[in-house]
Amino acid sequence: MNILEITALLGLVSVAAGFLGALTGLGGGVVITPAMVLLLGIDLHYAMGAALISVIATSSGAAAAYVREGFSNIRIGMFLEIATTVGAVCGAYAAAKISPSILGVLFGIVLLHAAWISARPHPAPRPGETGDPLASHLRLNGSFPTPDGPRDYRVSHVKTGFSLMFVAGAVSGLLGIGSGALKVVAMDRFMRIPFKVSTTTSNFMIGVTAAASAGVYLNRGYIDPGLTMPVVLGMLGGSVLGARILPGAHTMTLRRVFAVVVFVLAVEMIYSAVTGRL
Amino acid sequence: MRPTDRQVDEIIGALLRYGVLLAAAVVGAGGIWYLIQYGTTPPDYRVFRGEPEYLRHLRGIVTGIRGFHCRRMIQLGLVLLIATPVARVVFSVVVFILQRDRAYVAITLVVLTVLLFSLSGGSR
Repeated sequence: MNILEITALLGLVSVAAGFLGALTGLGGGVVITPAMVLLLGIDLHYAMGAALISVIATSSGAAAAYVREGFSNIRIGMFLEIATTVGAVCGAYAAAKISPSILGVLFGIVLLHAAWISARPHPAPRPGETGDPLASHLRLNGSFPTPDGPRDYRVSHVKTGFSLMFVAGAVSGLLGIGSGALKVVAMDRFMRIPFKVSTTTSNFMIGVTAAASAGVYLNRGYIDPGLTMPVVLGMLGGSVLGARILPGAHTMTLRRVFAVVVFVLAVEMIYSAVTGRL
Repeated sequence: MRPTDRQVDEIIGALLRYGVLLAAAVVGAGGIWYLIQYGTTPPDYRVFRGEPEYLRHLRGIVTGIRGFHCRRMIQLGLVLLIATPVARVVFSVVVFILQRDRAYVAITLVVLTVLLFSLSGGSR
């Protein structure tokens, strides 16, 4: 296989990952690395570098649209980015010290979590909470547009959410993914932020979190231009296509298909890691 | 002048969109050049060796002494992509200063410091 052929193959796999990632709302970062490592035999560190850069592209592209629609809460994003960026830098430094087999197992666990998340329907909205005094102090409470006009919400458990964001950032830096699923869990489940605000604000934060790890990855030589080029362009193209089709798509069926794909990748990843093939 | 939150959302949206478009255009152009030059050679992605020194640092990528070539052009596009969210944070600092929101000026500066620490090579 020459460079032209592997570039075309990488481009196609990346378009598929970006497309599915946009349709299911999970982002393609988590599937592109195992696909590169398991299907194309690419070194784990190079794959992580290419995926991390692609995550910046797809999340910034999507965030541009969401911010203008008024769903993302920029103050929540900014405040929690302290935790995610510090976590990301720690994770990125640790990635160089940890053996590929352990990284592979961790990756498999994150994939299992993503499979589980995408197989379940969205949680129902909960009745309003009293909120956290710290949230009022930091002016995190906000409102989002609905068909019946703007609806207010309050933010709870700020400290728990902040700590979980450090973990999400560390996982992102350690594995070269956006870890959007973990960010949404922290905001939606713990901070009791409405689901749509959680997902769009998570998307908004992913670019900055990934940029924090990307500096370290670049300096360590994980980012190969020839390899990253088709992955970035493919994922970007796929996610734009996915976002166009999204309104008419049967997302629940798609999410189940995606869950199965991710589950298989998780098992393969853990198996390869344990048998020392990474 | 105190920009409203609505105006800020519009500008951040445009900043992210054009940043990604510009980066993708540079990566795409460099990519075509790369494929024309190296398309028929075998790839070398199976074993990790790490990139050469001049592709690892901002200074090397932007103003190297080895002359401009396709791999550096793609890397420059990737650096523009990394710079897009960083530019968003810089813009947020300015907005919070204009809105006289001291707490958020401080919060945003902390995030910016972490980003610059990472991009400058950190504790290497």
